[in-house]
Amino acid sequence: MSLHDWSVHDLGTEGQVREVLRAPDAVLSTPSEKVDPGDASVVQLAADLVATMRVSPGCVGLAANQVGLAWHVFCVDVTEHPKARTTHGTFVLCNARVVEASRKEKGREGCMSVPELTGDVKRATRLTVTGQLPPSGDEIVVETDAFEARAVQHEIDHCDGFLFLDRVAGAHAVYARKTYL
Amino acid sequence: MSLIAVTVIGHDRPGIIAEATSALAELGINLEDSTMTRLRGHFAMMLLCEGDTTVSQVERALGDLAADGTLQVSAREVDRDEPGTSSGRPYVLTVHGGDRLGIVSAVTSVLARAGGNITDLTTRLTNDLYMVVAEVDLPVDADESVLAAELTAIGRQLGIDVALRAQETDVL
Repeated sequence: MSLHDWSVHDLGTEGQVREVLRAPDAVLSTPSEKVDPGDASVVQLAADLVATMRVSPGCVGLAANQVGLAWHVFCVDVTEHPKARTTHGTFVLCNARVVEASRKEKGREGCMSVPELTGDVKRATRLTVTGQLPPSGDEIVVETDAFEARAVQHEIDHCDGFLFLDRVAGAHAVYARKTYL
Repeated sequence: MSLIAVTVIGHDRPGIIAEATSALAELGINLEDSTMTRLRGHFAMMLLCEGDTTVSQVERALGDLAADGTLQVSAREVDRDEPGTSSGRPYVLTVHGGDRLGIVSAVTSVLARAGGNITDLTTRLTNDLYMVVAEVDLPVDADESVLAAELTAIGRQLGIDVALRAQETDVL
């Protein structure tokens, strides 16, 4: 199966909007456990992440520990973002890991869990990741670039217990956020 | 020619930089390195300037700036230290967690014991979240993994996340 064949309707359940936790909540620093993508609670979580992302202005991705569960699940949707090149629409990945990353570039990042700061972070702009789709558990390879690659790396970092604050480029690379969007 | 360190700190408003630097320009003083920023709504300026002038002339020139009592201005002569070429390896230390007393002192003490020289440091407090980013030059013989383990242990004691990583240096 390819990511293009997947849609949020495959989850077969309505997502509920969940509260997004903020740093310094300990769960945000907790490395996530691997999950069974077919487990009903994981499928519900996947739908909840998408629902929460969709109601949150400017949100292009959300990881499970941001809603309080240290499970290795995240969603991303950078569709129509001006900095995006390759886009795969809305998708959820379980147990994702980076296989190849190259051409690092600095870019500004924010996070719903760190609402008052942004920071410059170097990320790969060419990225290959593997992960499993809920609910089938199909293992897929995602190749992406530019802004979607940045978003995926940011979310995988969440799953590993890291925030963008752990990756800022230097002492003058953290900024007070002026507007949320 | 004397090298004079000037600091201006106080209530922020438009025009502080323009007024301070105009006064210095009128004295024929050349601005060298400077940092100017806002710290929780207060304006803070630190600069080194060089010119054929005295500290009291600089203080007089900046007198209007401090006249209404909202800004504190100081000027003092400093030695000219030639910028050394660091033989250390550049690292970035990031710290974040719940605000509590002693975070900066705890992590910087670990770096100091290892001979690390902090060249730049920023802290931010937003609600409960405290954040430190420091750029530090570590001695060539410093054991990075031992230091990282020590910092992790301090972080665990304080309930904060501490990460040390090599700074990526961009060279065209």
